[in-house]
Amino acid sequence: MADKKHKLLEVKGLTMDFGGLRAVDSVSLEIHEGEIAALIGPNGAGKTTFFNCVTGIYNPTKGDVLLHPKGLKTRRLNGLKPNKVTEMGLARTFQNIRLFQEMTVLENVMIGRHCRTKSGIFRSIIRDKSVREEERQIVETSYRLLEKVGLEDFANEFSKNLPYGAQRRLEIARAMATDPFLLLLDEPAAGMNPQETDELVHLIRKISSEDKIAILLIEHDMKLVMNISDPIYVMEYGKKIAEGTPQQIKDNPKVIEAYLGDDDDA
Amino acid sequence: MTTMMQEFKQSIIVSIWFVFLTFPLVVVRVNTMNNVVEWRWMNMVWIAAGSFVLSYLWRYMLARKLVQKKVEEAGGDTRGKLQILLEDESFRYKAMGVLLIVALIYPQVFDTYQTTIMISALIYVVLGLGLNINVGLAGMLDLGYVAFFGIGAYTFAIINHHFDVSFWLMLPVGGLVGCLFGIILGFPILRLRGDYLAIVTLGFGMIFKVVMENWTALSFGPSGIANIDKPGLFGLDMNLASHTNYIYYIMIAMVVFTIIVTNRLKNSRIGRAWIALREDEIACVAMGIDMARTKLSAYALGAFWAGMVGVLFASKTTFINPASFTFMESAIILSIVVLGGMGSILGVILGAFILILLPEYMRAFSEYRMLAFGAAMVLMMIFRPQGIISGLRQKYEYKGLKGQSNDG
Ligand SMILES: Nc1ncnc2c1ncn2[C@@H]1O[C@H](COP(=O)(O)OP(=O)(O)OP(=O)(O)O)[C@@H](O)[C@H]1O
Ligand SMILES: [Mg+2]
Repeated sequence: MADKKHKLLEVKGLTMDFGGLRAVDSVSLEIHEGEIAALIGPNGAGKTTFFNCVTGIYNPTKGDVLLHPKGLKTRRLNGLKPNKVTEMGLARTFQNIRLFQEMTVLENVMIGRHCRTKSGIFRSIIRDKSVREEERQIVETSYRLLEKVGLEDFANEFSKNLPYGAQRRLEIARAMATDPFLLLLDEPAAGMNPQETDELVHLIRKISSEDKIAILLIEHDMKLVMNISDPIYVMEYGKKIAEGTPQQIKDNPKVIEAYLGDDDDA
Repeated sequence: MTTMMQEFKQSIIVSIWFVFLTFPLVVVRVNTMNNVVEWRWMNMVWIAAGSFVLSYLWRYMLARKLVQKKVEEAGGDTRGKLQILLEDESFRYKAMGVLLIVALIYPQVFDTYQTTIMISALIYVVLGLGLNINVGLAGMLDLGYVAFFGIGAYTFAIINHHFDVSFWLMLPVGGLVGCLFGIILGFPILRLRGDYLAIVTLGFGMIFKVVMENWTALSFGPSGIANIDKPGLFGLDMNLASHTNYIYYIMIAMVVFTIIVTNRLKNSRIGRAWIALREDEIACVAMGIDMARTKLSAYALGAFWAGMVGVLFASKTTFINPASFTFMESAIILSIVVLGGMGSILGVILGAFILILLPEYMRAFSEYRMLAFGAAMVLMMIFRPQGIISGLRQKYEYKGLKGQSNDG
């Protein structure tokens, strides 16, 4: 369907076993430039595990994760450490919020700048001019990102004191501080009220159009998914069972069954 | 108000209970010599008053903690008066100035004995600040920290013994050797956390002591190394008193140096990475921070201060043996960091003074030292787990884009 858009991420036959449990079973997908893709599926389908394999938290049992940065040569991500993956331009947020609680909101975002800056121990002690300039830039960039997600008023609060919805937005700002070209969001709307969800939709659109960052998101809120994402991938029991446009997914009998079959414990 | 009345009643009941329970033990005594029963009523009064006060205090503290927790849950301000005062920058500069002046005239006012005690407190300040990098900032427990202190001391003692190299030359060398061992010992523990980390670092501390006790060719074994040079001052001859003062001033300079460096590190790119690592390892690496490198740098820098102050220790006492580097020392340094407040520079300094000076001035109770130590720690964990002063974080202002330093 997409006409000649640059392919950014290519996952081929990704499989992840935990002992006897196959949490992800030869899943393949591709993310192209400018896309807001979604990965949906019932609880325990293996979506988060898929993210963890792509971002280097787990080393996949089988399969390939290939990154094609624009203008650079292709990189295979399997077996790379998470920090290397982030350096390649792939950032993520967490389903169970993982902020640095005893750090301020601004500092959380500043951590994201770490891999794009370079003052070492000695220069940090001497604090020469270039170090101070770098610090100034870190603060400025981070502050801009806080403005983008609407948290600039809380810059000097401890991040643990933020309300839930704001913590999710802070995770997005922190991930964006690493200058990614692809952003993986794990249930960004979980725990948000309808108004916050609307704001989030707006934010995700803005990130996609203004910052030219491609997005892959996991989400249970079907209204949100159908509203902003194309294509949509569906997983069940570790396998990819469908992919397509929102309309195709809505009409897909396999998807309907997966969700209806899951309805009693939802 | 009603709760206060309630607690008052509760405390009275507790004290009556205690009197009742201890009555046969402390009040009644049968004097077998004269075959009479002695009634020691005064003891009963003491027990009643004591248990009442303690119980009331306990309840009061618990209630206060509960109130604080409620305020915190409502998103309110739970900072104590001291904490608020410390966040005011001009106050902090004034306070530091006053402290420095007091520190500088101290040996002029007090005698050599007092100055010597102060020197050992200052040594622990530097050790505490060093360990604070590992434990307080990077969140890596280290129960064998004293090994780096010993490595610094032995480096100086051995080289001084064989080659007569002076204190001033060896001071940075001791620090660097500490650093080196920090990195070497850091590698195997990169993947460890929690209990395992505690056990392995504890082992390092033990191994160091055992090696020094048994590798006689290198360290002269348990008999130690004597006649280590004192720090020199342009070849000047000094008597004991002026030498003590001299070492005191070196120590003050070292403390100031440590404070400046650790404070700068704490609010730098590196320091933020350490704290992030402490807060959440997985999020930290997912944000692009190299875990191995960050942990090793924290370990190396923590060890640096111990190595450096180890050189001064050897030079001050002019004699060292393995007995100075026991697990007890590691435990005290760790207690200083925990009691003072993990990650807080001012907290660690206060912690060192409390834990080193108090036992020194309360010699009468020295037998109960460990008991008091333990009790203090347990109470601290219950009522103020963040330590005396919790680590403040730097605040930044966007207007004019100036980072405003704001920490202890
Ligand atoms: N580290 C692990 N060790 C063993 N099993 C795991 C591990 N992580 C996940 N699993 C299992 O893998 C399966 C997929 O889990 P995963 O968290 O990926 O699901 P999910 O699709 O993200 O679900 P949810 O919508 O609830 O977040 C589950 O059965 C889970 O128990
Ligand atoms: Mg999940």
